[in-house]
Amino acid sequence: MDLNCSLFVGAVLFVAGVVCMATKRNGIGVLMGVELVLNAANLNFVAFANYTRLGLDGQVFSLFVIVLAAAEAAVALAIALSFYNNHLTIDVDKANQLQG
Amino acid sequence: MMPLLAVNSIGEYLVSLDFSESIAFTIAASIHVGLVLTFFGVAPLIFIWLERKVAGRIQDRLGPTRVGGRFGWLQTLADGVKLIQKEDLCPEEADKMLFRVSPYLVFVASFGAFIALPFGNGFVAQNLEVGLFFILALMSLEVLGVVFAGYSSGSKWALFGGMREAAQVVSYEIPMAICALIPVITAGTLNLVEIGHLQAGLFTNWLVLNSPFTFFAFFVYFTVATASVKRAPFDLAEAESELVAGFHTEYSGIRWSYFFMAEYASMFAVSGIATFLFLGGWHDGLGLIDLLDKKLELTANGWIGQYIVNVIGLAIFITKGTGLVFFQMWVRWTLPRLRIDQVMMTCLKYLLPISCALFLGATVWPLAIYSVLPKHRTVFSLFGNPTPIGDRLYRKPAVAKVVEKTVKLEPIAETTSVPAAELHGKVQPKAH
Amino acid sequence: MTGHQLLFSIFALTTCGGALAVVLSQNVVRMAFWLIISLGASAGLFFLLNADFVGTAQLLVYVGGTLVLLVFGVMLTASGPFSDFKTRPGETFMAGIVALSLLLMMVFTVCSVDWKKVVAATNQGVPISTAQSVATGFNDSEEGNTARPLGMALLGIRVDHGIDSGANANRIGYLLPFEIASMHLLVVLIGAAYLARAKRRVQEI
Repeated sequence: MDLNCSLFVGAVLFVAGVVCMATKRNGIGVLMGVELVLNAANLNFVAFANYTRLGLDGQVFSLFVIVLAAAEAAVALAIALSFYNNHLTIDVDKANQLQG
Repeated sequence: MMPLLAVNSIGEYLVSLDFSESIAFTIAASIHVGLVLTFFGVAPLIFIWLERKVAGRIQDRLGPTRVGGRFGWLQTLADGVKLIQKEDLCPEEADKMLFRVSPYLVFVASFGAFIALPFGNGFVAQNLEVGLFFILALMSLEVLGVVFAGYSSGSKWALFGGMREAAQVVSYEIPMAICALIPVITAGTLNLVEIGHLQAGLFTNWLVLNSPFTFFAFFVYFTVATASVKRAPFDLAEAESELVAGFHTEYSGIRWSYFFMAEYASMFAVSGIATFLFLGGWHDGLGLIDLLDKKLELTANGWIGQYIVNVIGLAIFITKGTGLVFFQMWVRWTLPRLRIDQVMMTCLKYLLPISCALFLGATVWPLAIYSVLPKHRTVFSLFGNPTPIGDRLYRKPAVAKVVEKTVKLEPIAETTSVPAAELHGKVQPKAH
Repeated sequence: MTGHQLLFSIFALTTCGGALAVVLSQNVVRMAFWLIISLGASAGLFFLLNADFVGTAQLLVYVGGTLVLLVFGVMLTASGPFSDFKTRPGETFMAGIVALSLLLMMVFTVCSVDWKKVVAATNQGVPISTAQSVATGFNDSEEGNTARPLGMALLGIRVDHGIDSGANANRIGYLLPFEIASMHLLVVLIGAAYLARAKRRVQEI
């Protein structure tokens, strides 16, 4: 199994995440898209760390990505909950108060 | 090459019999899965029978007495046959796909924990370097199945149970991980087999007696572990008196029994972790096992004896684990259930700060002994060997070689060509 | 096909299938379920790529922590049982075209690079498994046991580059980013608690 296969899986994850972010109208669905994109990046980091001789940097980076993704999810979820408390919906299209 | 399949002893044995590598490792993996699955299936049978007997005795009854002779041995088996025959119901209101899948999610998470749980010296399906971390990670996935079961049932009781479970388990995971880390920083490794090896000899070497902090950490860990496998007095997710049956209200038949198999298996898993982290793993506490093992290592056909010693160690480990499971049952039938706010308060206001304090204390303790009390070091060394973190790593005899070898490291092209057999040659002996 | 390849393809297919199911399903809770399948299978890929610690961290932090949080959020914000947010057909069509072109572009890019040459150009260190079996005395012979080298890399000791190599001359390591990440987590914890707390006074007005 070579590097290409891992990169293809990463590409599919990334595209799925981007489409998820673009098309979902549920705020938490958008958040799930972000998770997929970050996971795609992680997969590439680990694959490069394994198949090249660059050492452990890739794995350290993916650890940081995992930790920061957890933080990002917590903040985004708090925003979603706060939005839900004010608007009684979580449809991101309804967040248009600044459109004048 | 194959961290997931690495079942080195059987696999390498089969390779030496001229099997191709993939076939050999597939056979070896199937054998390991079969063994673990057998334990996973049989242990709940025995524990459920034990639970009913214990409950009966505590409540001044007899418990099951008829099926399979005087003690009701076969009661659970009969119950199991009944459950398999039952109709597989799925409520009208439910989200059918999720409702059907979530028992398997719970089952897989609980079963996965047994991949890395050693049953003795080398009796482990996959001896992971990060074994403890892996077990904790997989056991934390159980909550997802429970939450999905609660949500997809389309019943308010189930939903309440699922939400309570999510809140409870997510909170209790934190002190559980911190308490599990306290023996880890004392031992300097996450590998459960290595932690077991460190506790060889007299019972004073057991990590529970290593320092006051590990001593208290054991009790905190056990409380938190009881809560995280949702046993009484923390079984708010299925509180019968309030929520009918909580998250599994709508389940019946074989899917319902998956939840119970997972629950009893996780009880044993957390008890097994406690045994390895605090109570000496497969060691008997008198040093007999190690003595026999060392004696037999020198003799010609000693491996047969060593294997038998390992099997005795396995029996000791399972006895200790079952003892802790028995204690959990005892607690369940003695203490009343807490309220949900009390459960959350116990965790976040008491257990979490306590475990953080213990963690800090356990970090400072060996340093304090080395610096403040140099004269009394011998007294303390009776109780295990308190070393500063990382010290044990560098005192390993291998380290002398380390420096030597790193100086003479060859260019990469040649180091990559180290044959796999040589790399695998140094694997710890695994006994089946 | 070796066992490694077989396992890799199983996990890769599960990962991709889960990700596609996340995109295609309309129900949020089912999306969360498929996301769990996808991320869990990608943890399996991490194990196959000799990154045991990262794979386990993925299972513990991502699947066991973050996703439970997400499911919790889904349940707190669902206005009715099993509520759906439908995507319009036109949107789906446009998204499909964009996704396909993006995917093709990336696949083309991956295929057009000669990775062997790139890998040869990056010959700096020793393979992780050999390096760490040399540097740490424990349980050294299986690949993927990167927990100890990772911990030492955080402290600035790079066993994967050889202990006496130039990489260890200035021992900074990843300790500073690690501390920043932990402070970040603390701030996030407080901020999230502040954002999500019920503001009853505002609603009364």
